[in-house]
Parts: sequence; C-alpha cells; structure tokens
Amino acid sequence: MSDNYLTASRGIKSWITTVDHKRIGLMYLFSVLTFFLIGGIFALLIRLELFTPGQTIMDPNTYNKMFTYHGAIMVFLVIIPSIPAALGNFVLPMMLGAKDVAFPRLNLASFWIYVAGAIFATSALFLRGADTGWTFYTPYSIRTNTTVILVLTGAFIAGFSSILTGLNFIVTMHKLRAPGLSWSRLPLFCWALYATSIIQVLATPVLAITLLLLMMERILGIGIFDPKLGGDPVLFQHFFWFYSHPAVYIMALPGFGVISECIPVFSRKPIFGYKAIAYSSFGIALISFIVWGHHMFVSGQSELANFVFSLLTMGVAIPTGIKVFSWVATMYKGQIRFNAPMLYALGFLEMFTIGGLTGVFLGTLAIDVHLTDTYFVIAHFHYVMVGGTIMALLAGIHFWFPKMFGRMYDEKAALKAFVLVLLGFNITFFPQFILGAQGMPRRYWGYLPEFTLLNQISTIGSWFLAAGLFYTAFYLGRALIKGERAPGNPWGSLTLEWQSPSPPPVENFTETPVVKSWPYEYRPQNS
Amino acid sequence: MFFVEAHAASLPLSGSEIAHSWDLLWYFLVWLSVFFFVLIVGGMVYLAVAYRAKMGAKPKYITGNHLLEALWTAIPTALLLIIFVWGYVVYNKMSRAPSDAMEIRVVGKQWLWQFQYPETGRTTINEVYVPVNKPVKLVMSSEDVLHGFFIPNFRVKSDVVPGMYTSVWFEANVPGKHQVFCTEYCGTSHSQMLAQVVALSPEDFEAWKAGKKFENIPVAGQEPAQSVAMRDQVRLVAASATVGSLAEQGKKLTETKGCIACHSADGSAKVGPSYKGLFQSQVATVDGKNWLADENYLRESIENPNAKIVKGFQPVMPTFKGLLTEAELNAILAYIKSVK
Repeated sequence: MSDNYLTASRGIKSWITTVDHKRIGLMYLFSVLTFFLIGGIFALLIRLELFTPGQTIMDPNTYNKMFTYHGAIMVFLVIIPSIPAALGNFVLPMMLGAKDVAFPRLNLASFWIYVAGAIFATSALFLRGADTGWTFYTPYSIRTNTTVILVLTGAFIAGFSSILTGLNFIVTMHKLRAPGLSWSRLPLFCWALYATSIIQVLATPVLAITLLLLMMERILGIGIFDPKLGGDPVLFQHFFWFYSHPAVYIMALPGFGVISECIPVFSRKPIFGYKAIAYSSFGIALISFIVWGHHMFVSGQSELANFVFSLLTMGVAIPTGIKVFSWVATMYKGQIRFNAPMLYALGFLEMFTIGGLTGVFLGTLAIDVHLTDTYFVIAHFHYVMVGGTIMALLAGIHFWFPKMFGRMYDEKAALKAFVLVLLGFNITFFPQFILGAQGMPRRYWGYLPEFTLLNQISTIGSWFLAAGLFYTAFYLGRALIKGERAPGNPWGSLTLEWQSPSPPPVENFTETPVVKSWPYEYRPQNS
Repeated sequence: MFFVEAHAASLPLSGSEIAHSWDLLWYFLVWLSVFFFVLIVGGMVYLAVAYRAKMGAKPKYITGNHLLEALWTAIPTALLLIIFVWGYVVYNKMSRAPSDAMEIRVVGKQWLWQFQYPETGRTTINEVYVPVNKPVKLVMSSEDVLHGFFIPNFRVKSDVVPGMYTSVWFEANVPGKHQVFCTEYCGTSHSQMLAQVVALSPEDFEAWKAGKKFENIPVAGQEPAQSVAMRDQVRLVAASATVGSLAEQGKKLTETKGCIACHSADGSAKVGPSYKGLFQSQVATVDGKNWLADENYLRESIENPNAKIVKGFQPVMPTFKGLLTEAELNAILAYIKSVK
C-alpha cells in the first residue's frame, strides 16, 4: 500500500511545519477538542456550584472566573474554529477536487496564530484570571483587577487566524474547483463555508478594533467607553455585538453545512431544495450583520432602534426555517440508515428546532424585556451552540472519521453515547428555559431557594452529557488504534472527498477528478 | 406531558396589567412553538421510522417542490410579522409611563440599590415602597458599573447605566413584596444585589410616608405565614449567633440594607471584612495604624467608610450616613457584637 498523508512523513517537525491542509485540519481538531475538554470542565464546575442556592464548592469570585473562562474558551477557541478550521480544512479542498487550499503556508500561519491567541488567553488562568464574562462589558472590564488584558489579547490574536482562514477558503473555492465542478454543483458544506468566510473576513476586524480600544482604555484611559471620561459604555456593546452577532453564524452556518451533507447520504436521497438551502446561507449571513441590536433591547438603546432590530431579527427565522423544513423533507421516501452521523443530524434537528423557536421569543420586543439576561437566554444559546454546532461537529467527526484516519469506529458504542448526549443535553438545558421564565438571572453564583429543584435537575443532566462525551472520546480513541480498516467510501457518498482512498494520499487524489453531476445524485438504481 | 406541566409553572406571579398582556403573548408563543416542534420533530421521527432502510426497497428521486417551499417561506413570514407587531404593541405599553406616574429615583451601586423619593427627600436601601394601583416610574442611574433592574412579577427590566438615565414603570395590582434582581453582571456580589418592591394599599402607603414601620409584609400572592417560611428574607450567607432580640433585628437589617453582600458572618473575607470576631479586635488599616474595633470604630465604618480602610480591602463601600436611624444603628451594632 502506498503512503497516505499520515504516513508519508514522520516526526513532530513534519507535523508542526506541514502545509498539508489535512494535517493542519487535524491539528486544529485536536486543539479544539482539547479546549472543549477544558471549557467543559469549567462548565461542570459551574453546574456543580449551582447544585445548592448558596456556596457549594467555590466562592463568588472563583465562580465569576469560571463562567468567564467557560464562555471565552468555548466561543473563541472551540466553537468558532471547530467546524470551519478543523473539518473545513480537512474536507473543503477534497470536496473541490483540489490538492490543497489556495495558500497552504498562510493556512499553517492561521493555525499558529490561533495557538498564539490560545496561549495568551489561557495564560490568564495562571495569573489573576479574568472575571468579566466573555462579553467584556465596560465599565466593569476596565475596573476589575483581574488579568482581563491577556484574554482580550488572546481573542484579538485568534481573530486574525479566523480572518486568514476565511480569506483562504474564499480564494480556494473560486480558484481551485475541479473541472466540471460548477457553482451549482458545489456541495452545500462548501456553500455554508463560503457564507461563513464572508462573515469571518468582514466582521472579525470590528472585534479586533473593539478589543484594541478596550485595551487602550484599560492601559491608557483614553475614555472611549468610560462615562467618567466622556465615553459611552453602551457604545462598547454596539461594537461588541456588531461582531459577535454575525459570529453566532460563524458558529452555526458550518454546522448547517455538515447537516446538509449527512442527511442526503444516509437517506439515499437528493437534498430537498438545494438552491433554497444554498441561498438561505447567504440570506442568513447578510441579515446577521444588521441584527446586532437585539442583544441590547434593555441596554438603554433607543425605542426606534429596538423597533428596527426586532423587525429585522424576525427575518433571520425565515431562511433558518427554510433549511430546517428542507432537511426534514429530504428524508421523505428515502431509505434511511441510522449510522452515527445520521443520529447526530437528527439530534441536531431536535435541539436546533428548540433553539430556533426560542430565538423567536427573544426577538419579540416585549417578551425579550422579561427574558433577557435570564437563564432563558442561557438555555436558548446552548440549544443553538451546543445542540446546533456541537451536534453538527459530532455528526461531522463521525462522518469524516473513516476518511481522516482510515478506521471505522464501533457503531453500537456510538449509539449508546448518542443517547447519553441527547438525554444529558436536554435534561441540562431544558429546565433552564423555565428558570429563566421564572426570572432567575444569568451569571448568578447564588440563587433564591425556589430555583433549587430545576438547578439540581440541570446539574444532574450535565453529568449524563459529560458521560456521553467522555465515552465518545473513549471509543473514537480506541478506533484510532484498533478500529477496522475503512474502505474509501464507507457511506456511499457522492462528494469528491470520498472518491479517494481512506486515508487520502498527500495531494488527495492520484489524478485530478472530473465532475459530471451534482453531489446529491442519489438515483434509485445506484443505491 | 412535561412541556405542559412546565409551562403551567413557568411564570412568576402577574403583578400588573402589563404582566397580564405579556403573559397572553407568551402563551401564544409557547403554543405556537409546541405546534412547530411537533410538526418538525414529530415529522422527522415519523419519516425516520416510516422510511428506515428496508431490503430491496428503493428511495425516490425528489429534488424539491416549489409549492411546499413557497408555503414554508410565506407562512412563517406572516406569523413572524404578527408576532413582531404584537411584541411591539406590548413593548410600547411597557416603555411609556403615564404622565401622572409617581417618580422615584434609583441609584445602583456595587452591590445595593438606593431609592430616593423626590417629594419627601426620603432615602431607602434595597426596599422601595410604592402604592398599589398607581403608576410608578423609576428613573435609574449607576454610580459605578452596569447594573440591571428586573422585577419578574411586573415583566419589566432595564439596564442601569453610569452616565445616563434609564427607566422602568409599573402599576402594581397585587400588594406585598415583589422580588427585584440585578441582571447585568457587576462583580463579586452580583447575585446578592437584590431588592424588594413593597406594594402597599394607598392608606398604608400614606402611613409609611408619615413614618409608620411595617413588619413581616408577605411576599406578593402568598399568605403571610407561608411567605415567611418560603423566603421572608433572602439570605445566602449563613449568619451564626443571635443573642437577644436587638441583635436579631440587626441581623435582619444587614440583609435588607445589603450589608451581607460584602460582609460575611462566618469569618470569610468577601469584599469587606467579616463581622465574625470583629468587635473589640485590633484592626490594621492601610496607613499602617492599628485600631481597636469598638463601638465608635464600627459606627464610623458604617457612616464614613473611607476614614479607615482595613488592610487588604478596597475603599469601595458607600456611606450610610443618614440612611440608618439611631435605633437601626444600635441594632446593627448589637448584631455585630453578637457574631463571635
């Protein structure tokens, strides 16, 4: 057997200096999963502290640091790079029939910039920590005596990694498509990554500027945000959400792409409404830039702004709904197989539907006034970010695992883990909707006694979720070492990455593939 | 069904007219969501079971359906517009206080709420007394960082921002205590930055203005006994000893006046020094001097906190001069003395 990309060269140096998009994808994947573990441990500690109304295991200052680390790590170091940088890097060039991304060295630079950002951000852990929440709202973030500057610097640096990856992907999709791969034959995962890349390139610089201003405010006291110096704290929120709302779609759109790949393959059916799904990604990307104000309905923003932002926010639900309906319709008259990626795709649909519907609650002006800054919001965005993105990430990891490592995993173990994750997640987060509706505010170290029961249910759910995820790590780790050898195309997929051996050779294909049909041509006769 | 039970218990008491119109929209959204959840997830489960792979069966080649796609674009769009307009109408009621609303000024600071009555000049901490069935407008600002003023029973909330005024208004129609939370993260004692809206009958409110004290006011919507058992006072930090009734009163005052957000009774250092063993102890201050924590030291520390800053702590405590009566000071001192 000839060398594949894993065995072609050996040694640490061959990895850390590699320009192979597949190896860079794997390095991202392992970094992201490492930070997912760290962020997850913080989450478990948060839930444990909330098991009783008063102090359970830590004092309020420690708790405030815990939720800050949890949020900052999960957002900046896990969810944003998870699907685009890890799975996207591995899969995108192969889906296009290309040898690599357009700028392989830049791709390697993106990875190391991400690592540098991560080192800065996490170094705060060993100093005085950070206790501002991942949103860094002023004036608190200017006054706190924690090492928030390190986390800001980390997020600032990691942002450039995101910008460069987005740029790289856009150029790759324009320039490196295989012969015959017209735009209308592009797999939906690519469309989703294209829409994501646009947001990464256009929105991330705004975050960089915002964080830079905040650092200058802290170090030099320039007075952009501090009212004592003539600044405006609400202005910071506008800047912050101008990036961070579109960032929600940097996190979600790639996940939509994964789901759009999994459902047709395992239903043996063409995707329902290809064009609608592709365009709706761009619809979402566009609208994402003009709805940031819905995070600020009670911030002191004007009533007119609230009116406009609420109306525009409703616009997000339409393309998102189109996607969800299309995914479900794809299953109609299919021949559905319940392999692990499909299970996670179905889990995604359940959780993301709840996440999406509760998003309508929060977009509705009057309703948001009561619910904002409560546990309802926490539950909502975990249903979107974990129920959506992380489920899609798990679907994607299970889908492309055989391609990445040339091994199959234990499907029975995957089913058990999936059940634990699904139950654990819903038990953890569903009660938080009720807590929020009852009025329990977020970022509370202590709470009123009447909130105890629901908090305890939630905490117990977090243990099931953790058990499911640890079990997943276990059986995937086992599969890496002694899993059955995977064939080139175990799922019978029509996209190009599967038309190469598993694991693929260094430059992906032995000869440049030529595309003759669209990627969802699941005709009854060939299935 | 879990969802139905959950939703029956999901809302706090509706303590105002606006809360009722809010609830109506909420239930509309809940049931609409249940409908779409069943449609989508129920449909998904049905399709997963009905079209699971069978030996010899073939999938059907379908790439889309324009009518369906038009429907699931148009129907949600129409529904969303209705929801938007409805939400805006209720919001409009929430954000426009009647012109005859009684105004109370609110100052948020780490970590307490201060209320000022323009008419009488009276100031209260963490308790705002209002008459029922009369609109009340709270005009709020912050002395330090962002805070949020949230009264779940009235479904109103606003951030409290340094350097600008924001407001909420409500017309309470249920007498009793209504919980207030701080909802914008503000540091160590964010979760203890609590207050109560105390809604009194108009006669009682007049009596309160004239100086009458009200003891054991029940939580709104609950019988007095039940409410005392449930949560007459929010206490998250265990206080240990209580000696004599004056000390007990003092203990209560440390809860209602917000002292316990920063001062513990168990010896643990929070934002400020603990009460435990404080009385008659030697206290080292940042200027290198030592002081005996006698009654006058304690009084000065409450009324003029920045006079002597204890080593290891920041000069962040606001003054309570004029906010406590002599009798209340006596009670608090008695309590501090009792925590050994």
